[in-house]
Formats: sequence, structure tokens, C-alpha cells
Amino acid sequence: MAAEVHALDLVLVVLLVWLGWRALASADLFKAVVQFIVFGLLLSLAWVRLGAPDVALAEAAIGAGLAGALLLDTLARLGRDGAADETRPLGLTPARAGIALACLGLAGLLVASVLLLPESWRGLTGPALQQLGNSGVSNPVTATLLNYRGWDTLLEVGVLLLAVLGLWILDVEPPLPPPAPDPMLGLLLRILLPLAVVVAGYLLWVGAHAPGGAFQGAALLAAGGVLWHLARPLSLPATAPVRAAVVLGFAVFLGVGVAMAAFGGGFLSFPPAWAGALILLIETAAMLSIAVIMLGLFVGGRTGKAGE
Amino acid sequence: MPEWMSPVLWIAAAGVLATIALGLVRVERGPSNGDRMLAAQLLGSGAVAVLLLLARATDVPALLDVALVLALLAGVAGVVFVRRIGVQPPERDAGRNASAAGDGPS
Amino acid sequence: MSGDELRGALSLVFIGAGMLFFLAGSVGVLRLPDLLSRLHALTKADNLGLGLVVLGLALQADDTFEVLRLLLVWLLVLFASSVACYLVAQSALRAHGDPAAATAGPEGSGEDARDGR
Repeated sequence: MAAEVHALDLVLVVLLVWLGWRALASADLFKAVVQFIVFGLLLSLAWVRLGAPDVALAEAAIGAGLAGALLLDTLARLGRDGAADETRPLGLTPARAGIALACLGLAGLLVASVLLLPESWRGLTGPALQQLGNSGVSNPVTATLLNYRGWDTLLEVGVLLLAVLGLWILDVEPPLPPPAPDPMLGLLLRILLPLAVVVAGYLLWVGAHAPGGAFQGAALLAAGGVLWHLARPLSLPATAPVRAAVVLGFAVFLGVGVAMAAFGGGFLSFPPAWAGALILLIETAAMLSIAVIMLGLFVGGRTGKAGE
Repeated sequence: MPEWMSPVLWIAAAGVLATIALGLVRVERGPSNGDRMLAAQLLGSGAVAVLLLLARATDVPALLDVALVLALLAGVAGVVFVRRIGVQPPERDAGRNASAAGDGPS
Repeated sequence: MSGDELRGALSLVFIGAGMLFFLAGSVGVLRLPDLLSRLHALTKADNLGLGLVVLGLALQADDTFEVLRLLLVWLLVLFASSVACYLVAQSALRAHGDPAAATAGPEGSGEDARDGR
């Protein structure tokens, strides 16, 4: 690799390591959260440098967008916005030193194993690309996520479902009082929200042959919903329509898997002729569900059971 | 694209990144939380510029989409901050009390 | 110079200028005395820094669609960042009670204020 490429990577690595340390070590919680958000931003750039634009998309949407929003909202609810947290660790104890050594050891092991990989080891790239024609899509990442390893993705959607269920089970405190409406924020919404919807749909569609996909689209939609909620509060109580929306993605995915088993192919194994259409169906349902789930995680708990 | 263009783009990307890294000093120092948030905004816009430069340097159009998503979400954290927390006068760590009397989101 | 080289040279000039504005914005955020003036510096980096980089890259684009995408990204950053900065400024003014108080005070040195204000 050329020197100029190394220059960029070097700056990136130095910044990432420094931010990682500061986000954990800052005495001020708000400062730590902001550093974490910037860490997410730079991590997105790191994914780009590692040749993973799909992951970079997800990291940009979630790490820099939604996770930041969630953390800031949590800080506001805790009332810890801007004050130093006296319990944040700034000192070294024997226990911490031991843990630090263990972590360094593990990191060293990981670095060593990556460096010791054979030069020409391509892993499963060959078979994955060979089967691409039968997978229904032409983006190898989507093929892996939704076809070769569809089982993993099904479980991941299930985990998100469990997260929002967990939130609903907890008795969450009432929502924060909404600030006064702001015309500029309204203007921002009127421009951003339609664009977010269009771009989310675009990402869903383009995921079949280029970096994109349901998850990234969902994160974008959820971020739009968060902006809306900040301008004009939404409420997502656990009513029937919301429950349906939240379950939809997992249900469709599972249903398709079972249908494939019933028709003789095996659980979640798509016949090549149908694979493209099935993947699109699953991704659409998943995108809607995940968007509602992520928005629900931000908006909060069981506000208003059947009529407040 | 002339041959010397590629290294130039890489250097520009590294340059923009190093420059916006200066914003991290503002995140460290504050003094108010508004200062920290605006530094994060600076880093966001810079990251968009880096992505656009890399998209051309590596000829990966998907990076334009990453930049688009980042641009769409550029304001979200800032808006959450303003509507939920709000800028408060700098509370220095000399007083270890929680910012109870802060202006809040009103 | 061939057309290609000329275009490349123009791109170089624009991207270089964009980097200068990013530098100016960063230095401004670092060195200016208070929140409101720092916000001002930030918007220069956003608008002009990114805008000039986009202009330089647009000259190198493969097709019109790519130019439009570049422009869209710039306009979005412009818009979202401006609104976010406006909201922060408004919040800052409310926190300090009046514009004069907001732009003066111990933040003058740009360092951490140690007197608790």
C-alpha cells in the first residue's frame, strides 16, 4: 500500500484508540457520550477502510445516529447531563490492573492470529461467490446474511424483538415534558423525513446488488421517527397495531423458513428461482419491524395501557 | 482522472481527518456541553468529506451512500441534545453536584 | 495541458481550498472565545469546506447522477447542520439569559473555566 494510504490509516487508528480511551475514562458523562458518538463516526470510516461498506452504513446509521440519540436521552432522564460523575473510575486498583493485563493479552492474541494468517487464505470467499448465482441476489453480503446464514439473521431479528419486549415489561417512568414547538425543527422535519423514507426504501432495494439492506434502512427510518418524536411527541404503547408491527419481521422470516421446510427444501433454504423474491419479502417486513422496534426503544415504555 | 489525482485524494482525506481531529480538543475541554456537541458536528461534516474523497479515490460508489446516510443523520444527535438536555452554563468539576438547577429542555 | 489534466488541476485547487476552510473552521472552534463564535466558525467548515470539496469531486465525477448525489449530500449537511447550530445557539442564549452574557465571561481565554462559571 502506498504511503498516502498509510497516512490516512495511521491518523484513523490513532484517533480511534485515543477516543476509545477517553470515552471510558472521561469523568464527565456527557463528554464521554459525545466521545463515544465521535468514536462511532470514525469507526464507520474504519469499516470503509476494511472494505466493508455495508457495515460502514450500519455503523453510520446506528453508532453515530441512533445510539448517540439513545445515550443522550438516557443522560437527560438520569439528570446527569453535564455534571461530573464522581463514581467514574479514574484510579488504578489491583483488580483493574489484572483485568487490563488480561484484555491486553487477549488483544495480543487476536493481533497475532490475524498476522499469522496465510497470505493467500481466502476463507469461504470462493464458495460464497460461486453460489451467488443461486442465492437470488448479487451482493455477497446480502447473500450471506439472508441466504447462506439466514438462521443467524433470523435470531438477530428475534433479539431485537426481545429487546423491545424487555423494555415493555419494565415499568418505565413517564416521558419527559416536551419542549415548545420550534419552526426550524419543523422545517427540518418536513425536508428530512420524506428524504429518509425514500433513502431507506432505496437502501432496501439496492441491498440486493450493492451495499445496503433492511437493517440500514430501518435505522434511517427510526432516526427519522426520533426527530419527529422530538418535535412532536409520539407514543408507542404496546397496543395491538404496535405489537403487530414489532412482531412482523420475525414472523415473516420464520414463516418463510417454515414454508420452505414444508415444501421440502429444508428450513430457510430458498429454491434459486424464488430466492430473490423471498429475500425481498423478508427484508421489507424486517425493515418495518426493526424501524418500529428501534423507535420504540427510544420513545420509551408502556406509556398508556389501553387509553392512558 | 489523471494519475497523480489518486494520491492527492488520499492525502486530502488524511488532511481533513487530521484537521477535524482538532475538534476533539474542544470535546475534551468544553467548557459547556454545547461546545462539545458542536465539535461533534464538525467531526461529522468532516467525516462526510472524507467519505466523499475516498469514494472517488477507491472508486467505490457505495461510499456516496454512506455519506448520504451520515448527512441525513448529521443533525439527529444535536437535536436530541438541544431538545432533551439543552446548553447549560459550564459546570466545573470543582463542584461535584449534579446539575439539578440546569436550564433543561424548556 | 490536456482537458483531463486541466480538470484535475481545477479539482486540486477546489479540494485544497476546501481543506483550508476545514482547517479554518477547526482552528476557529479551538481558538475562538465562546460558544456562539465557535458555532460561527463551524458553519464555515460545513458550508464552504464541504462545498468546495464537493465541487472539486464533481469535476471528477463519472456521470451526472454522481454529481447530483454529491450535491445532495452537501445540501443535506448544509441544512441539517445549520438547523442544529441554530438550535444550539438558541439554547445557549436561553441558558445565559441575554446575548451579552452569552458572548462574554470567563470563557474568554478559550480554556477550561476554573472559576465555576
